[in-house]
Amino acid sequence: MTSEAQPTPTSQPSPAAQPSKGTLRVLQLYPREMNIYGDWGNALVLKQRIKWHGYTPELLEYNVGDEFPDDVDIIVGGGGQDSGQLVIQNDLQARAATLKQLADGGAPMLVICGLYQLFGKFFKTSTGPVIPGIGILDVETHGTDERLIGNVTMKSAEFGDILGYENHSGQTTLGPGVEPLGTVTKGAGNNSKDGHEGARYNNVVASYLHGSLLPKNPAIADFLIRTAAERKFGSFVPGTPDDGYASLAREHAARRPR
Amino acid sequence: MLSFSVPLGKLVRTLSRLRGGGSAFPGLVVEKIDPGFMQRTLASLPLGVAVVSGTNGKTTTTKMVVELLESQGLKVFTNRSGSNFTRGVAASLLGDVDWRGRLDADIAILELDEAHAVHFVNKVEPRYSLLLNVLRDQLDRFGEIDKTARLLEHIASKTTGTVVLNREDPRVARIANALNTLDAVHHPEVRYFGLDESLRSTFPNDDEMRTGSGPSPSGTSVAAGTGDDVDLPAADVVLRRVGAQDADFEFDGETVTTSMKLRGVYNIFNAAAALSLARSVLGTGPVDTPKLVKALGEVAPAFGRGESLTVDGQPLELVLVKNPSGFRLGLKSFPAGGYATMIAINDNYADGRDMSWLWDVEFDSLREGGVEVLTGVRAYDMALRLQYDDVHFGVVEPDITAALRTFIDGSRGKPKRVFCTYTSMLAIRRELAKITIVEVVS
Repeated sequence: MTSEAQPTPTSQPSPAAQPSKGTLRVLQLYPREMNIYGDWGNALVLKQRIKWHGYTPELLEYNVGDEFPDDVDIIVGGGGQDSGQLVIQNDLQARAATLKQLADGGAPMLVICGLYQLFGKFFKTSTGPVIPGIGILDVETHGTDERLIGNVTMKSAEFGDILGYENHSGQTTLGPGVEPLGTVTKGAGNNSKDGHEGARYNNVVASYLHGSLLPKNPAIADFLIRTAAERKFGSFVPGTPDDGYASLAREHAARRPR
Repeated sequence: MLSFSVPLGKLVRTLSRLRGGGSAFPGLVVEKIDPGFMQRTLASLPLGVAVVSGTNGKTTTTKMVVELLESQGLKVFTNRSGSNFTRGVAASLLGDVDWRGRLDADIAILELDEAHAVHFVNKVEPRYSLLLNVLRDQLDRFGEIDKTARLLEHIASKTTGTVVLNREDPRVARIANALNTLDAVHHPEVRYFGLDESLRSTFPNDDEMRTGSGPSPSGTSVAAGTGDDVDLPAADVVLRRVGAQDADFEFDGETVTTSMKLRGVYNIFNAAAALSLARSVLGTGPVDTPKLVKALGEVAPAFGRGESLTVDGQPLELVLVKNPSGFRLGLKSFPAGGYATMIAINDNYADGRDMSWLWDVEFDSLREGGVEVLTGVRAYDMALRLQYDDVHFGVVEPDITAALRTFIDGSRGKPKRVFCTYTSMLAIRRELAKITIVEVVS
């Protein structure tokens, strides 16, 4: 592009300069086992944007065997190895009722890849065994020998163009209880057939996309933050995060091959 | 067949060199007309074949093993040109055999890409293997890191003599358990290279990447962070200390201090790996330990692995970063203080197309000094990443040629460091070759 120095958008409103509009608690689900492919970036983006919007972020972790924290405002979970999914499986079942109650009640959540699958009804692996999901999302996943891998772009009525990177061999189909997050324009998405990517239910956003998803799709991050603030404080007063580099990164990423 | 294939292959090799072609094509030709060429030639070596594999550090480690064995008077064949796959090995062999197909060497030390190594060991069973690590690397090519661990396990299971394992990488150390299921006849000897507990915190493994708090309650972590050696197997070579210009290695119950030309803690840990493999190869025969240690100290980094060039009378260091662990180790090994920094991120096939990995690296260590220039196809992804870590940066210029000029002009009189992905490193080296002496890489 240009070789001129560009203003560095690190001059975000300093939290010290004005009183916080309130604290938002972000819970990461199983960061130990389910943090592959940079899904930590989603938690980091929420933490920073909550601050840039003038609120105070509090980042919490929930791992296998931990006590489930009260007063959680946003829940995020990522992808993992097959081995990671096995480790968390029983613990997740034990937390199913709590998570379902939160989702049904409108808590904003973002689940990526492995936890997207486990938030569904079941994952039937390609070798036979069926891993039960927790049924928050009306979706089912079937393991295949085909790995869907590469850059993805999709259109979403709610969030505009969404960009990311997929890497999965489980193929997911949506039931009537959910809407797709978007329709792919490059890449595969949920499966190699219907062009759908991800799922939407209440304020739950589910997707196969890494990248990480939120840095280059700030509209989704701000949806989660706005929803959390409205539920907790009755309204959301946005700040003015500088998304200049996010826009440039999106432009360049959209031109890359599959 | 035998009488034709080697001269023909060598001829193809010469011709393809002349027209500047790829290094593996002659290997393809000889593979087609004489499928047994590689096995036959390697089987003739008195000390057999050693395979070096793992996700990070293969090239420098292989180079070290070769130089260590050469210090003991051995003749070593290696696939130097980065042809780390079967056809590349065949092509390298063609360059070294005489016209009758004879290889004048005692042993072959081969750097093999994890996925290709599996095919290779099915054709040629190695006598030794050195398995370095399983870090998140090129996941879009191999799918998952557990799968990569299984690839390394397969290499180990095909090894007939000694398997040298990284004691500190849980996925690699666990390979020893898998070998226990083999019957006694096929069970190779297992040796480890390891780290002093004081150095373990500089080598977080991928499972601890986000937590940094040691092994998980589920007990999947073998070593890192436990802080004591009680549960760990004894290692053949332990890296005890890393200084500014030297390091301490412990083997045979003694600690040896040597000056090191290599920079970067992870390079020096791989020196312990190389030393252990060299000791395995030398076995019970006479070992000239002072010469071995001297050779270790003199190993220079492989291209782009912390090598230092001179630009405008100031050092310019190239640090190759391929995956989150490598990037984190690079940032830790090469402190930012006093240096001007450029970061070059490409997403070509050889780099990996997925940018997710940048989000698994913490850039806090660059916060104080900032970053002068960001470049590469994904320069704006890097800019976005630094924005979220509150790291200040100057110019963002995806074009590497222009960016490098801006970087050099803007940081005169200062030592410089460039963190770069594989293909961006090649582009940077091409540009630097116009203004300084850079070793040509084919």
